[in-house]
Amino acid sequence: MDMKQSIVKLLVQPSRGLVDEKFIVLVQKARPGFQLTVHALHKCEIGHSWEAFGHYISNAIGTVNVSEDPSLGGTYSGVEQMGLLWSLRPVPGSKPGLRLRKTNVQTPMEVTISVYQGHQTEGFMDQVPLASALVERWYMAPGVRRIPITEDGLTATLFLPPGPGPFPGLLDLWGGEGKLLEYRAALLASYGIASLGLDYLTPKITMETGKLMDTQYFETAYRVLEQHPQVLSSRIGMLGLSLGASMTLKMAVYSQVIKLKCAVCISGSHVQPIDGSLQQFLNFCRKNAGKRCINKDNEMIIRGLLLPIPTDPTLKVDVGQLKCPLLLVLGDDDQNWPAQESALDMKQMMERAGNSHLLTVLLYPNAGHLIEPPYTPHLRASPFNSVQADEEVMALWGGEMVAHSRAQEDAWRKTLDFLRENLFSGTNPAKQLKRHQLIDPVENLEGWMCKKHDKLLELFCEKNQVCVCVF
Amino acid sequence: MSNLLGLRRLVIGMSVHRPVRRLSTMSPPFSPILSVQPTRALVDEKLKVVVENLPPGSPVTLHSLHHSEDEDYWEAYGHYVSDFRGIVSVAEDLSFGGTYTGKEDMGLLWSMRPVPGSRKGLRLRKMNICSPLLFNISVYSGHVTEGFREETPLTSALIERWYMAPGVKRIDIRERGVRGTLFIPPGPGPFPGLLDMWGGGGGLIEYRSALLASHGYVSLAMDYFRSQELESAELEFKYFETAFNIIKEHPQVNPDRVGIFGLSLGSLVTMHVAAESTIVKPRCCICVSGSHFYPHDRTLKEVIMEPMTNSHRVRVDENNHHIWRDLWKELLSDPSKKVDVGKINCPILLVNGQDDQNAPADECAEDIAHLMNAAGNGHLLTRVLYPDTGHLIEPPYSPHCRASNFRVAAVAEKTVTLLWGGQTKPHSDAQEDSWKKILSFLQQNLYSSTSPRAKL
Repeated sequence: MDMKQSIVKLLVQPSRGLVDEKFIVLVQKARPGFQLTVHALHKCEIGHSWEAFGHYISNAIGTVNVSEDPSLGGTYSGVEQMGLLWSLRPVPGSKPGLRLRKTNVQTPMEVTISVYQGHQTEGFMDQVPLASALVERWYMAPGVRRIPITEDGLTATLFLPPGPGPFPGLLDLWGGEGKLLEYRAALLASYGIASLGLDYLTPKITMETGKLMDTQYFETAYRVLEQHPQVLSSRIGMLGLSLGASMTLKMAVYSQVIKLKCAVCISGSHVQPIDGSLQQFLNFCRKNAGKRCINKDNEMIIRGLLLPIPTDPTLKVDVGQLKCPLLLVLGDDDQNWPAQESALDMKQMMERAGNSHLLTVLLYPNAGHLIEPPYTPHLRASPFNSVQADEEVMALWGGEMVAHSRAQEDAWRKTLDFLRENLFSGTNPAKQLKRHQLIDPVENLEGWMCKKHDKLLELFCEKNQVCVCVF
Repeated sequence: MSNLLGLRRLVIGMSVHRPVRRLSTMSPPFSPILSVQPTRALVDEKLKVVVENLPPGSPVTLHSLHHSEDEDYWEAYGHYVSDFRGIVSVAEDLSFGGTYTGKEDMGLLWSMRPVPGSRKGLRLRKMNICSPLLFNISVYSGHVTEGFREETPLTSALIERWYMAPGVKRIDIRERGVRGTLFIPPGPGPFPGLLDMWGGGGGLIEYRSALLASHGYVSLAMDYFRSQELESAELEFKYFETAFNIIKEHPQVNPDRVGIFGLSLGSLVTMHVAAESTIVKPRCCICVSGSHFYPHDRTLKEVIMEPMTNSHRVRVDENNHHIWRDLWKELLSDPSKKVDVGKINCPILLVNGQDDQNAPADECAEDIAHLMNAAGNGHLLTRVLYPDTGHLIEPPYSPHCRASNFRVAAVAEKTVTLLWGGQTKPHSDAQEDSWKKILSFLQQNLYSSTSPRAKL
């Protein structure tokens, strides 16, 4: 084929987007009925290459639209608008168990989308594509400000949305590996929430003194938000994943200082010694280490650690005392933490206590433990170095790729809705008025209303010249 | 109309066309939520601006603010009223006042103008295209008309607008006497190419080339005013041919698919090269706001200098802005003073505004059509003419400039204020429409594998 005569055009829109935004990948000017591979390549911050690809056949006018056409094979199949991102996997030859996480959120994730001739499955780097485009995926929207927080012994980063504020606030916590991961907090700030990413396991002060932090540390972080001139002190929420969820539940119920407007727990459990410190929790986990098991692939299933769900009330957070809305996000194939059993137990506790109206549970079939922002590649197992652990293990997170990716997308949208509902609305007359059709202000509105049923009258009797109630 | 029981259904509803009286004042706990999509976009992409969580029926002002590279402030604003759900959607709702009215999804950009108290004769142009244009979009309570910077908005967002897509490469060109910047799209290529030329203001203006590269064309922005070095018209002509060849010879360019794009004086060059060059054979040409008067024995600089030095012959309007359109009208009847457009043998697109006060673009386009038809190559010509549109037909959504300060490159003597013409709304519509037509014309002639003789 003479390349010079038929130049394939590739368009990806938006070429610069937030990581949770969908994009359209359009191939045009190919020959009709032609076999093409659409390929994504990403080189991560630590230098590993990740790729994804789909096999397509161009239509009668030589077009492939990834949002509408089915992939016939590759790392994903079927009509999958975002498959090129969520099915990314380390290129052949990479070491096993790699995890894709952005540490520098001030630069975008760059993905090269290319079109190759034919249905290819390997050797992409040795070929010249027909066309390619570069796409930027950002965790930070323009104008979001990143502010490292080191006062009062904290190791944290605050992300402020653009604009005058004041903004609702959020404490953002990750899991048992520690470190300060900023990307989710940066993304939440891009949606108008002043978010504080907090390192509570390996902050500078712990690394220097060897002492784990505790409730006071979280309360200090909360105060930073509460007292910030651009944060609405009465609208602060908390979001935690895995061990972060355990901390969130503990603070929500027991802290005298932290007053949450709402809480989100992803892949979390309420099981923990409630009178104890964080150190004691880790000791409790260490004590039960024998309940973990290893599967035939040498992957460690940790969920047994907290099972069975204790009946002893000192070993689980009394969610019956919760006073704010709680959103639980979990997968039924979570092999790391007994999120499903915990959710069931929490629901029963709240029903008994009479506050179950505060609870929303999102349980995703075949989703695993690491429910991340959308289009993050699914990871079934990876090396896990939990703080104070004796050794690094290959932890099994669980989940099946397609179902897990769907779960991430849906959970994120619902999490944003939940946060908006609870942190932005408050008493919002607009919501009640949604059912009510607006009319010109009228005099004598009483004449239009039925006094008994307090509803607008709809029928008028011509004969008697009076409104009639039919309710 | 009564039913059997003698009952009539009452119709209580909101009349869509009457503005609704505000039922409540805006006070906490309302936190309006502003979303502007996309937050990072190319300059020719549309914006979606939505405000939610407002009290229903409440007046708000949507405002955009830009701090230019020249340190001036530009702004635009529209007056809206939220619907019964408390939502304002700029793409769907009407602006009742401000710098634009009616249903205008991009009004917050194209109707921008310097803030009150700014210097006069300003023109908004991005010189550093490696960084984006930043705009602050804000929501204010009530229908505000001034003092935006002194008031705190309810909420605001920052957006980026780029001339360069990710992956576009920018390369300085300083070779064989040609000074310019080459922009190469991402990917292996080969790509079609474009020689891109602006007007008599001179300098190296890169933004349109960067944008064209973002659409898949290797584009060379050329600085063709060479100041004192250039002595003869012949030498000048050679530089255009050389520039064209630099593109053609580039390893990532398809040598059979190189076109020329010119605006104003650049159009003149485009037509002349297309007609007279024995070396350069453009695949297609685009001439925006151009005329076809070519000084066969004078340099371009001499051409542009003439009205500057003979300013007593120049007509001015009530604001003392120079109107140049009449200056060369007498040349229309003299064939020796015009480009021999009958010799052009590639498709050519002319884009002009009817209210062009700088060049007699309308009459020239007519004359060009007449000459080409007589020569038998009229089928190559496509003309678009926009009503109430001025001279500076730029990529879409850039603020319309009716008059601005103008100084010929490398001539320190004089700055005048030139009247370009056009009325803001029709001119902005023309920019949006012409850009679509331009991209379509380029796609057809430089990308498509069908006959290059095909008309738009």
